[in-house]
Amino acid sequence: MTQSYYEASARERLAAVLDPSSFQEILPPSARVMSPHLRQLDTPAAFDDGIIVGEGRLDGQPVLAAAQEGGFMGGAVGEVHGAKLVGLLERALDTRPTAVLLLVESGGVRLHEANAGLIAVSEVMRAVLAVRGAGIPVIVLDGGQFGCFGGMGIVARLCDTVIISEEGRLGLSGPEVIETTCGVEEFDSRDRALVWRTVGGKHRTLLGEAGELVADATAAFRAAAIRALALTPDLSLEALEREHAALGQRIERFGECHDAVDIWRALGVEDPERLPLLEAADFNTVTAGKRA
Amino acid sequence: MDAKLLLEQLFPAGQRVDFDGQYFSGTGQTADGEVAVIGTTDAAAIGVELAFRIAGQVLEIVRSHPRRPILLLVDTQGQRLSRRDELLGINGYMAHLAKCIEVARRAGHRVIGLVYSQAVSGGFLASSMLADTCYALPEAEVRVMNLPAMSRITKIAVERLQDLSQLSPVFAPGVENYLRMGAIAELWQGDLADCLEKALAAAVGHDARRDRGLARQGRLLAGPVAERVRHGGV
Amino acid sequence: METLKFEYRGGRPCNPAQASALAGVVGSGNLEILVEQEPLNGACAVEVVTAAVGFGAIWQAVLDDFFARHPLADVRISINDVGATPAVVSLRLDQAVNAFLGGTA
Repeated sequence: MTQSYYEASARERLAAVLDPSSFQEILPPSARVMSPHLRQLDTPAAFDDGIIVGEGRLDGQPVLAAAQEGGFMGGAVGEVHGAKLVGLLERALDTRPTAVLLLVESGGVRLHEANAGLIAVSEVMRAVLAVRGAGIPVIVLDGGQFGCFGGMGIVARLCDTVIISEEGRLGLSGPEVIETTCGVEEFDSRDRALVWRTVGGKHRTLLGEAGELVADATAAFRAAAIRALALTPDLSLEALEREHAALGQRIERFGECHDAVDIWRALGVEDPERLPLLEAADFNTVTAGKRA
Repeated sequence: MDAKLLLEQLFPAGQRVDFDGQYFSGTGQTADGEVAVIGTTDAAAIGVELAFRIAGQVLEIVRSHPRRPILLLVDTQGQRLSRRDELLGINGYMAHLAKCIEVARRAGHRVIGLVYSQAVSGGFLASSMLADTCYALPEAEVRVMNLPAMSRITKIAVERLQDLSQLSPVFAPGVENYLRMGAIAELWQGDLADCLEKALAAAVGHDARRDRGLARQGRLLAGPVAERVRHGGV
Repeated sequence: METLKFEYRGGRPCNPAQASALAGVVGSGNLEILVEQEPLNGACAVEVVTAAVGFGAIWQAVLDDFFARHPLADVRISINDVGATPAVVSLRLDQAVNAFLGGTA
């Protein structure tokens, strides 16, 4: 019986993705390191401020891991939440694990803590780059209800790879924000098919924004994360030049495309309208060699 | 402050900056040599093209002008809100820009951010906030989001947010709050060329923003909590 | 927000599988419950921080019920609640205690 990654809590995901019973939490709930800002807004706080960080093993290798709990404030980043993540990343500089795993589920900056959240995200960005600069890969897993948006959407793309499920979403501004600001003609956030074609796992994988598409199963995420342990970060000028060329091509090739289906067709996918219906394994077979 | 006026004040010894729409780039003369300048005007909304262009300029500087300092003068209302930008992966373009700035820093280029007008959200995150050090003019506007929009999303009344803005630097838009929380090192006033010269000479090292936030009492937990996680036992 | 405190006596000492256990998430209609072993002179102390104000009597009833099922001594139970129904509260209490005691409750 497969366990859905989407349905699982952050703690359940960590337990299922890492080697059994290998996870040891740092600053557990009993430490009560909570947000100092929510009480004055009459908003309930969580004992772990919505992020679990700690040490564990993946396929026997030492890793550091963090998991954001989407159920608490949409996984959004506040002062303490962000500091736990920064501290974990900086810990990697000291303990030099094989990799850092980020089980991301976040709407981005926690608006209730606005400025502190924004600065925290920026500090996370710097810390991710420092860890990768030290040769340690940072691997993102994205498959929760709240997706990975806002500043965390930028953080995710600073990492070595994003492993995403078809349920997963990855972007910057959420569809609702765009609809509220620009109108429903610009982006109908209730058109689920449209949302997933635009920011969902399958499109992100085809576009080259995500590294691998997996089924919505903790076992599938675990297997992909194990494969990703072999990654070596490359922040050389050459690597960035290559990325720059690819991103320039993306605008050239697809800048006039109205919908993801047009992009998929341009990538040589036959029957692109059928892609949303395919299971992950079939999707990967059909799109093999066609990704941007 | 108008960008052209700003450039005159920053570089009294001379500057050559080309403006193309909301984008500008070029060089300014200082006592110690040329400084590369990249910026935007008119509170530019940063979409894939603009993020890509700024990133390209950073790479060009790294390729062609070893160790030349880079001054980021990004005036932005934040990321462009459009379905097309999301479709094309704007978060990836922002991250790419961030990585290019990181490459520049690691290659020995001093990167200084100066918020001279607006700095908002994603646009801020992907540019000035990744500099070695970020500064601001006193009249600059810095924020995550405007209060009415924050009110809509959090479902907390605007009046409540406004009240709390008086008490805590956490919510209120404003350069003073970012100063107090450590994200902005100093405000530049008076002789801007002098401010720039001092900034270029200042030491760079680890990300000092948490330390500053604690020292200025704007962010009391970020530093200590990160330390506890970094060094704590399991 | 409201903070409610309850104390129960006459419970039995327990042999927990771990020093603390957590169940649930602080989300709408949900709650998180932290159960910890702590010397309290035999008491079971419960603190509820809740966004739903004015339900003290219901919390009393649910917790009385819970203590009848799990008469614990020297245990601190801390709750962050966002308007969970009594059924959900009872479920999470049982989940937390089961994890705490190691599934033998």
